[in-house]
Amino acid sequence: MFIINSPIKEILELQDHIYLLKVYSPELTSKIRPGQFLNIRVSERVFPLLRRPFSVCDVDGDHLYLMFNIMGEGTNMLAHKPIGSTLDILGPLGNGFNFEGDYDTAVIVAGGLGAAPFPFLTRMLDGKKNILTFIGGRTKSDVITYNFKNVEKASDDGSVGFKGNVVQLLEKNLEQLKSQRIKLFACGPTAMLRVLKDFCLKYEFDCEASTECAMACGFGICQGCPIESTSEKDHYLLVCKDGPVFNIKDVVI
Amino acid sequence: MSKVDLSVKIGSLTLRNPITLASGTVGYGNEISEFTDLNRLGGIVTKSLSLKPRKGNPPQRIVETPAGMLNAIGLANVGVEVFLTEKIPFLKQFDVPIICNIAASTIDEYVECTKILTTEETIKAFEINVSCPNVKEGGLSFGNDLNSVGRITEKVRAATNKPLIIKLSPNVSYIADFARVAKENGADAVSAINTLVGAAFNIFTRKPKIHNVTGGLSGPAIKPIAIAKVLEISRSVDIPIIGIGGIMDWRDVIEFMIAGSSAVQIGTLNFIDPSAPAKIVQQLEEHCVKNGIENISSLIASYQL
Repeated sequence: MFIINSPIKEILELQDHIYLLKVYSPELTSKIRPGQFLNIRVSERVFPLLRRPFSVCDVDGDHLYLMFNIMGEGTNMLAHKPIGSTLDILGPLGNGFNFEGDYDTAVIVAGGLGAAPFPFLTRMLDGKKNILTFIGGRTKSDVITYNFKNVEKASDDGSVGFKGNVVQLLEKNLEQLKSQRIKLFACGPTAMLRVLKDFCLKYEFDCEASTECAMACGFGICQGCPIESTSEKDHYLLVCKDGPVFNIKDVVI
Repeated sequence: MSKVDLSVKIGSLTLRNPITLASGTVGYGNEISEFTDLNRLGGIVTKSLSLKPRKGNPPQRIVETPAGMLNAIGLANVGVEVFLTEKIPFLKQFDVPIICNIAASTIDEYVECTKILTTEETIKAFEINVSCPNVKEGGLSFGNDLNSVGRITEKVRAATNKPLIIKLSPNVSYIADFARVAKENGADAVSAINTLVGAAFNIFTRKPKIHNVTGGLSGPAIKPIAIAKVLEISRSVDIPIIGIGGIMDWRDVIEFMIAGSSAVQIGTLNFIDPSAPAKIVQQLEEHCVKNGIENISSLIASYQL
C-alpha cells in the first residue's frame, strides 16, 4: 500500500446517480486484485476531512475504474472533479476475492451499488470459469448491469426482471445452481448479505462476501471498522485489514 | 541541511524533534511504518494498553463531523502481555523513543501495567490515559476528578523511574488544576488534550450515528480549544506540555509550541495522510532556517500576550 496522485481521465454518469470514474494509474493497476479497495482523499482541505473508501470496479491495462453513487458532499465533489486533475489515492487496501480454486461456475450476487467490485472479477474469471450473475435493486434504476455476463435481474418493485430480492431469485434458480460446482461472490446491503448467508448455509454453498463498515484510515490504525468473527469467541476482525472480503460463514452479519 | 536544533526535552527524556504520534492513531507502529520513516520522528505513543486484552465497542465506531470526527473505539487493544511478546520486537528495530500509553479501570490496574512494562528497556516513558471518554468505568470519570488524577499519578510514579506523562481531559472546567495535581504528585509532563465528548444523530432514524451514543471529537475542529487549554496550563503550572488536538501541518505545530507546548502529538492526520509526520519534521526545519530560529525549543511558550 502506498499513496499516489493519479490523473482522472473520464467521469461518466452510467445511470441515475451512478458514476464511473476512470483513473490512469499503472502503479496501482499492476498490484490490485478484485475485491480490494482504495481510500481516496476528495479534498485537500478539512471538508470532507477523512478519505472515502471505494472498491475497485474494474482494471483495464493502466486504467482503473471506480463506481459510486452520490451519497453526500464527498461523493458529490468526486463526481464533479475536473478531468485531468489528480486524485489522491491510498491503496491497494484489504484482501480481495479468492477466485482461483476448485469450482466450475462463479455465481456473482450483488445488490444495488454492491455491483461495484464485480466487473473486475468478471474480467479476471472470463474464460477460466463459467459465470452467472444475479443483480438486485429496489427499482430498475438501482439495478446495475455494467460489463456483466449472463445476468439475471431482480427488483423489489418488479420494474425490471424478477419481482423480489436477489436471494429469492437465487432460490428460484436453485436446481441450476445445485447441478454445478459453484462458488458465490457477493456484495450488497447488510440485509441482503444476512439472508444470503442463511441461504448458503442451508444449501452448503461456498460464498465470499465483501463487507462494509464506516472507517477512517483503511489500513488498521484507527480500529474503526470491527466485524464479529464466528470462529473466535468474543473477537473482532477489522473490515479494512482482515477483509473487506470474508468467507460468509466466518463473520457475523 | 543546517544547524537547526530541533530537539526538545520532556523531563529527562530528550526527543530529537517535537513530532510524536498520538496514542490510538498509530496502533503499534507496524502499519504506519509503511508510509512514514519512524526513525525521523521524536517519538511514538502506543495504542492504550490495558492489563488484559479489550475487545472494544461494537460498530459503528467512527463518524465524520465538520472538520473533525467522533470515535468510540472503546480502548480495543491486545493487552500488556501480547504487546511485550508480539509488538515490542517490531518496535525495537527503530531508533525512536516508544512512549507506552496505559488505560485502566482501577488504580491498581494502572500500577500493575506500569510495573510489568517498566522492565522493558525499549519503553522510554509512560503516558497515563486518565481521560478516555469512551469507556464507562475509569477513563473519563478518573479524568474529571482531581483526587483520582492525583492518586493515580502518585501510585504510578512509585512504580517506575521512567518519565511519566499524564494525558489530560479537556472535559473539565479548569484543566490547569489537573496539570498542577499531576505535577505535585510526581508527573514529569502532561499531554493535552484528549478528545472532547461529542455526539451526532441521524435525523431520519433519530438514532445516534455511533453505537456508543457519545464519542471523542478530534481533528482540526478542536484545535482552537486545544490551543486554549495548552495556554491555560502554560500560564499557571511549570510543567512540560505535549500539545495535541487537530494538528494538520507544520504551522499548527509552531502554534502549539508558541502556546506553551514542548512537543506535540499528531493524531487524526495519521488516518488521512500517514506520510505526513516525517514531512512535517522536514518543514519545521525549513521554517526554522528561514526565520533564523536556531533552537526550536526557543518557541516554547513564546506567546506575546
